[in-house]
Amino acid sequence: MKAFTEHTGKIAVLNRANIDTDQIIAKDFLKSIKKTGFGEHLFHDWRTKDDGRLNPDFELNQPRFKGASILIAGNNFGCGSSREHAVWAVLQAGFHVVIAPKKKINNDVIPGFADIFRNNSTKNGLLTLELKEEQVNELIHLVEAHEGLKATVDLPAQKIILQFTNGYQAEGEREFSFEIDPGVKQHFLEGLDEIGRTLKYDKKIAQFEKTHSAQMNK
Amino acid sequence: MIQIMPKTLFDKIWENHVVTVLPDNSVLLYIDRHLVHEVTSPQAFEGLRLSGRKVRRTELTYATMDHNVPTVDKQNITDPIAKAQVEALEKNCAQFGVTLYGLDSDKQGIVHVIGPELGLTLPGTTVVCGDSHTSTHGAFGALAFGIGTSEVEHVLATQCLVQTKPKTFRVNFEGKCANGVTAKDLILKLIGVIGTAGATGYVLEYTGAAIGRLSMEARMTVCNMSIEAGARAGLIAPDETTFNYISTGNRPYAPKGKKLEESIAFWKTLRTNNGAKYDREITIDVSKMAPQVTWGTSPGMVTDVSGVVPKPGEVSGLTATDVEKALQYMGLTPGQKITDLKVDVVFIGSCTNSRIEDLRSAAAVFKGRKVKQGVTALIVPGSEPVARQAEREGLDKIFKGAGAQWRQAGCSMCLAMNPDKLKPKERCASTSNRNFEGRQGKGGRTHLVSPEMAAAAAIEGHFVDIRTWR
Ligand code: SF4
Repeated sequence: MKAFTEHTGKIAVLNRANIDTDQIIAKDFLKSIKKTGFGEHLFHDWRTKDDGRLNPDFELNQPRFKGASILIAGNNFGCGSSREHAVWAVLQAGFHVVIAPKKKINNDVIPGFADIFRNNSTKNGLLTLELKEEQVNELIHLVEAHEGLKATVDLPAQKIILQFTNGYQAEGEREFSFEIDPGVKQHFLEGLDEIGRTLKYDKKIAQFEKTHSAQMNK
Repeated sequence: MIQIMPKTLFDKIWENHVVTVLPDNSVLLYIDRHLVHEVTSPQAFEGLRLSGRKVRRTELTYATMDHNVPTVDKQNITDPIAKAQVEALEKNCAQFGVTLYGLDSDKQGIVHVIGPELGLTLPGTTVVCGDSHTSTHGAFGALAFGIGTSEVEHVLATQCLVQTKPKTFRVNFEGKCANGVTAKDLILKLIGVIGTAGATGYVLEYTGAAIGRLSMEARMTVCNMSIEAGARAGLIAPDETTFNYISTGNRPYAPKGKKLEESIAFWKTLRTNNGAKYDREITIDVSKMAPQVTWGTSPGMVTDVSGVVPKPGEVSGLTATDVEKALQYMGLTPGQKITDLKVDVVFIGSCTNSRIEDLRSAAAVFKGRKVKQGVTALIVPGSEPVARQAEREGLDKIFKGAGAQWRQAGCSMCLAMNPDKLKPKERCASTSNRNFEGRQGKGGRTHLVSPEMAAAAAIEGHFVDIRTWR
């Protein structure tokens, strides 16, 4: 995995809750034994009509979001299966960052991302950022109001910085801070080879295996 | 006197498997069983090859093929890309020395059906697989969860995973179910109550009298859909039902004789201690519960069979737009009675409901009846051993006699990666676990139900309340 410190790009909005991995990458594209070639199939059933032509109504097909590399989605993004193909598809379609809201309904908290998807993203260098619902709403509002709006995601500073350049009514910058697990942050900053790191504990694992097998009666 | 901190079942299994704590406070967790299938493993094996790494413990790693397998003639895969994937698994297992229950094996089947059948799934162990429904194995009191392909590679190379400790969530099912209310209804109800992200970040432990009465098959149905509630794992403490399942039948990897006795003595310690704390708890009284039917495109969009299709804006936890989108996709209007919904296809199968008990209860409904004209009914056993057992009991004859199709083992129309697919707008009563858009075929409309409810829908051509229908 490549290290991630900072990313600047255009923002696209796909404001739907519970976007599942079957939507992100349909099963028809899971038969590949390679790790590449998934980007063009991202959101296939939404992106294309039954006759195979592009569906102009689908948000990400609209010209205003062309070339975007930061995606804002609804809560519980990536729910469903464990297919890492979903993460590969998002990355290979050009996205580096996905932002989703953490929602509060009464006493329940609905997270921005499903567990396995988030894990898989971390292993592949796709940054998933969970923001407060108000923050995401405001971001969406700003993107709607300023076509082509870009943001810089600054990981060390834990900030999303919006740049309002000429042509926009407002000018200057607007910042949103985000929280991130320190371990995950480190993982991104270093571009960690996790298997390599674990293999450094080889002796410990072997030691563990001896007593563990006895205890587990194997 | 030393005071011993009361622990949950989860705590006990977790602590037994921590190899070491890493500098960032995550842990290396040891994995006892790694199950592998054709869809999520090729890139992992390729990764090993590229970095010159080996499979660390081949005797803890077992593979089968299920997702791509055709169910009419499984040896005959016509889709060249699917075939390449199946062949890649054969090649990878041969090269790395992993045991494979392939297409020609009499043990082949859906990975979550064959693990327990073979005696690979045992209480107190950690089980992983590149498949989210690995949660199924938690029915034995094993900590079992799905992983992505990078993690598959990590386990192959190191027999460990880097994990942070999840929180615990106890779901207590109290009371006695009415006739016709099954394990499937319990779990659908739970998802309806807490939502599809309700248990994200938690491991569920199912407790209570209603769980204690369930068979192993039914417990697997409950744990299977933990992931649909957002949890990576669901647990049920092992008891006599569990020990009986493991000690009987042809289970080559289960301990036997003295080893079995010693194991059972250990497994009996795998219970949550009195006074142990969970991070969250909920109790559901099952005695007044009705059979459940999903109406939308997410498993939490579910209601009683006696209910109606809801109005947007009146579903808690969902925005009006999300409900509208779902109803539009499903071709439904608010206020329609669930029992008025006509079905075109009935699918009985998947790792949720394709075990022998599921087939028995479906057969009991089909017996002496006919599938409604115009309805296609597909019965897909979870594994070869399930299929043979069903045939010994004559269930296949009941299905065929009723006009349903008796197929070979595999995932089939649960995700329609093989030729079994819904056509656009076809409405399906399905015993599988996901009603996502397009899951069973592009444009297909899925309603999740129990095997009995699916079978009765096949007979009548629409949903019925199984409690009063019989
Ligand atoms: S039966 Fe369905 S859910 Fe289960 S492993 Fe197969 S595809 Fe996945």
